[in-house]
Amino acid sequence: MTPAFDPYASSRETTEGTVFSVTGGDWDSLVSEIGESKEERIIVNMGPQHPSTHGVLRLVLELEGETVTEVRTGIGYLHTGIEKNIEYRNWTQAVTFATRMDYLAPIFNETAYCLAVEKLLGITDDVPERASVIRVLMMELNRISSHMVALGTGALELGAMGPMFFAFRDREIILDTFEEITGLRMNMAYVRPGGVSQDLPAGMTIKLREVVKTLRKNFEDNARLLIGNTIWMKRTEGIGYLDLAGCTTLGITGPVLRSAGLPWDLRKMQPYCGYEDYEFDVITADTADVYGRFLVRMAELEQSLRIIEQAADKLDKLEGQPVMVADKKIAWPAQLALGADGLGNSLEHIREIMGSSMESLIHHFKLVTEGFRVPAGEVYAAVESPRGELAAHVVSDGGTRPYRVHFREPSFNNLQATSAMSEGGMIADIIGAVASIDPVMGGVDR
Amino acid sequence: MDSDQKGMFGADGTGDTSGYGGLVRTQELIGSTQRPYGSYFDDVADDLERAYPDFADAITRVVVDRGELTLHIKKSRLLEVAFIMRDKLTFEMCMGVSGVHYPERTGAELVALYPLLSMTKNQRVRLEVATSEIDPHIPSLVEVWAGNNWHERETFDMFGIIFDGHPGLTRILMPDDWDGHPQRKDYPLGGIAVEYKGATIPAPSDRRSYR
Repeated sequence: MTPAFDPYASSRETTEGTVFSVTGGDWDSLVSEIGESKEERIIVNMGPQHPSTHGVLRLVLELEGETVTEVRTGIGYLHTGIEKNIEYRNWTQAVTFATRMDYLAPIFNETAYCLAVEKLLGITDDVPERASVIRVLMMELNRISSHMVALGTGALELGAMGPMFFAFRDREIILDTFEEITGLRMNMAYVRPGGVSQDLPAGMTIKLREVVKTLRKNFEDNARLLIGNTIWMKRTEGIGYLDLAGCTTLGITGPVLRSAGLPWDLRKMQPYCGYEDYEFDVITADTADVYGRFLVRMAELEQSLRIIEQAADKLDKLEGQPVMVADKKIAWPAQLALGADGLGNSLEHIREIMGSSMESLIHHFKLVTEGFRVPAGEVYAAVESPRGELAAHVVSDGGTRPYRVHFREPSFNNLQATSAMSEGGMIADIIGAVASIDPVMGGVDR
Repeated sequence: MDSDQKGMFGADGTGDTSGYGGLVRTQELIGSTQRPYGSYFDDVADDLERAYPDFADAITRVVVDRGELTLHIKKSRLLEVAFIMRDKLTFEMCMGVSGVHYPERTGAELVALYPLLSMTKNQRVRLEVATSEIDPHIPSLVEVWAGNNWHERETFDMFGIIFDGHPGLTRILMPDDWDGHPQRKDYPLGGIAVEYKGATIPAPSDRRSYR
């Protein structure tokens, strides 16, 4: 039968069968029409604009009733050509692009890229200790803020509103801290080849300890709400199962791998930025499901707080030390300072280049317009981002601009597991499985 | 990369009034490294030689640079080496594929790099395969490491390298009907000049560059 035209769920006949275009509104007519169909098998196009697809992810689902028989993942809706753009900027400017890939973990993007450039330059050991400690501090703060989004939105997508409020309340505290340190809440371009763009503001370590205290107390809210909660466990236990063999062949790293029981964490296994000097535990679960990944992320929050405390102690000892390599041919010449109109060159620096030293002015001009040269070669530098191994493969031809930069994005790689996690399960469980991968589409598509 | 760089400030011919027009900087290709390689690299090479009798024929160069080991492999032998790396040398994970385009390397313009990770031994190795623009075929490694699926699609999308044996080699980031492969060096960045307060700022690819 042909129903009257329905503005929300119109149908048309194609060679593949009846196609419904649902644009929201009245679902009853769609349900009744599908009910009349003789076929059990339907194909649902979920996304790319869907509230629970973490941005613009498109899932093509083949369903038998409510059981998912096949999932295909469509990506690319957020492709911005960051890797191509970087080839037209100098080595320092590339940080500004890299930071915008995975917008929930900007510090990790910057650090992976900068570690690669430093390796190419051969100055890995010359990066001052204070700069490395600040990087660790920023990365761990960032890990918490990223996990907060994973937990908050993950819970929201499964129908729990409360955890999101708590998670975003805590994330806000961290973003405020970022703003105080770098001048920006996100996409800070704070980590630079050779160090970081500026030192911490005075008295920051005292504030950091207060932040840690507040967060530690706040995290209990979500823990009390969700850990062991019957409804939450019914939606997450045994869902999105992916065991160790599956993770290995699909190249999965991060909390998803650790939820399958393998304590693989680059911070422990292949330390960078001095992670070997910090005490923390690698968290694992043995359930390999959504609940296990949730527990891993919850427990990692505490480990990050421990690292932040140790970093704050170290920073007190390293007070007054430089935060950029001593080599003036690489170090960005400007000393940045936070003024009334935002972050900019410090007045002292401007006084020096404009008033007293011609050489400083030339030097500033050469470095800012031309940039520095990086010896030819290629390297691969990896860091443990909140989502797994984030690596930068950087090729130099000896010039002032990168010849090629490729980012091995954990979101991009891990999203491949959607089919393995969801096929054979119920349609409602896809949401939980995707949320447990924690993909960030800015990172997936770059 | 292997070609010499001439001049400065990106100007060619008579446009260069800087006096640097005659400057030639020679870029040398990083050659094959001689043993001992140092670190765990000798063990990896020994193990591979033992497990793979055709080592001398399949591996054209062994490069150790900046603390990283790269094995350059003939593309016809890639699949064999990959299986042995996984099964005999415990490189359980392939972290993906990265492509590079070197237009001046005639006959080997397109390069695919595979960073391998052994979690058992906590080691990393990189495989490198080159192919020409005219015949851009490289065997697919999806049957060795399933996770390479999307990475190979991305490299196909961006560089036009065709991975033979891939279960569904289609574009992944660019639209399906897109022309060209954006990460190739001869593909323009695009962008338009922007006028601001009477001055025109050229698009990034048209700006003066410093080589």
